[in-house]
Amino acid sequence: MMPLKVSGVRMERNGRALLDEVSFCLAANGVHVILGPNGAGKSLLLRVLHGLIEPDSGQIEWAGRTPVAAQPELGMVLQQPVMLRRSVLSNLTFALARKGVPRRQRKAQALRALAHAELESLAHQPAPCLSGGEAQRLAIVRAWVQRPKVLFFDEPCANLDPRSTYKVEALIREISASGTQIILTTHDLAQARRLASEVLFLANGQVQEHTVADLFFRSPRSLEAAAYLEGQLLL
Amino acid sequence: MDEFSESLRLTVQLLVSLEPELVEIVSLSLSVSVSATVLAALIGLPLGAAVAVLRFPGRSALTALLNASMGLPPVVVGLAVYLLLSRAGPLGELGLLFTPQAMVIAQCLLITPLIAALARQTLADLDENCREQLQVLDTRPLNMVGALLWDGRFSLITAVLAGFGRAIAEVGAVIIVGGNISGVTRVMTSTIALETSKGNLALALALGLILVTITLSINLLVTGVQNVATRRYA
Repeated sequence: MMPLKVSGVRMERNGRALLDEVSFCLAANGVHVILGPNGAGKSLLLRVLHGLIEPDSGQIEWAGRTPVAAQPELGMVLQQPVMLRRSVLSNLTFALARKGVPRRQRKAQALRALAHAELESLAHQPAPCLSGGEAQRLAIVRAWVQRPKVLFFDEPCANLDPRSTYKVEALIREISASGTQIILTTHDLAQARRLASEVLFLANGQVQEHTVADLFFRSPRSLEAAAYLEGQLLL
Repeated sequence: MDEFSESLRLTVQLLVSLEPELVEIVSLSLSVSVSATVLAALIGLPLGAAVAVLRFPGRSALTALLNASMGLPPVVVGLAVYLLLSRAGPLGELGLLFTPQAMVIAQCLLITPLIAALARQTLADLDENCREQLQVLDTRPLNMVGALLWDGRFSLITAVLAGFGRAIAEVGAVIIVGGNISGVTRVMTSTIALETSKGNLALALALGLILVTITLSINLLVTGVQNVATRRYA
């Protein structure tokens, strides 16, 4: 799937540029964190990369393919994942069915995924009744059982307590270790420090900087990123 | 007032004695309307879901048509089916006119748009909620229709109930295509109309009471089931 080449992506709504000439290239394996304040355009950029939304102009190529063509190999965990109104287990078998996994194999695969998410005991509970942390973990393994080559996470830990955040991040590391590319948005500096191998810093719809994580946190090149790292409020 | 209390007394007597004629009328009513509702649900629910989920040219026109045909007058539907099934009509050879099957067809045509329109409304709201999620799970449009039908199953019960209510309560269509033939095509509503015009108020009132009781109890029962299920999946 890699490299991902993005050049000159632009999106405007009501005369305001939400994504402003966004260009970058992701080639290395690892966890790519799109960092930035609320309203920077992170979620929108994720949707554009996935092909859910078409940009007004600009080009996106997944190893030469358009996002729509690459879509079967892209997965996404939405910021507010929707639980299908059926059991926890059926949420997973549904995801497996969409990838053409034969009916006989679905249950075993789903149960294995539930074990990763520590949700085995809830397999037969209705999914809409899960707590926030449980729902997030189910959403993650639901996306993961489809074996995408690239998995997007949109603010995976917004509204989660530290304990749930810990479990979700452990799951993300496990997925990354299995060879899946991760592209994750967050406004949480601490989370970016914990997870990122590369940071793409986005503010006002523009890529301010794209650096290896170590370097980014030690000596950011852009003023905006430096201010954000110092904890100044970027408005 | 005397006449009314006399009728009430007769009504109770009729209900208690469970006269065969009464039982026959009630059971025909139920079997015709239940069959019509099942058929209409099999057609109307997928149709409503497809219009809610799929994007195709003419979609909004079809939505408007469905919504408008919720108010189809039963006598007009009856007349149309009569013309179709009458000797000289295109389906005349089937010999269905003045049979319970003809009544099922008429009621089914009457309530399919109603069920489809209500299902479309319910599932359009659900679709707005789930669409992006289903898209990122790589769900093809037809599977999306199926997924929404299943996820909306408890809300869709209301649409089916509304259809059943309209079917069992209507009189215009069944009288025209059924002919109100004693022992063959006489149902509760058509008997009530006939007996009232004959001045036989006791039978009419008894049937009226039964009709209301049946409709209310089915609605209460299903609403109860729906509440339990919705609470579970809220």
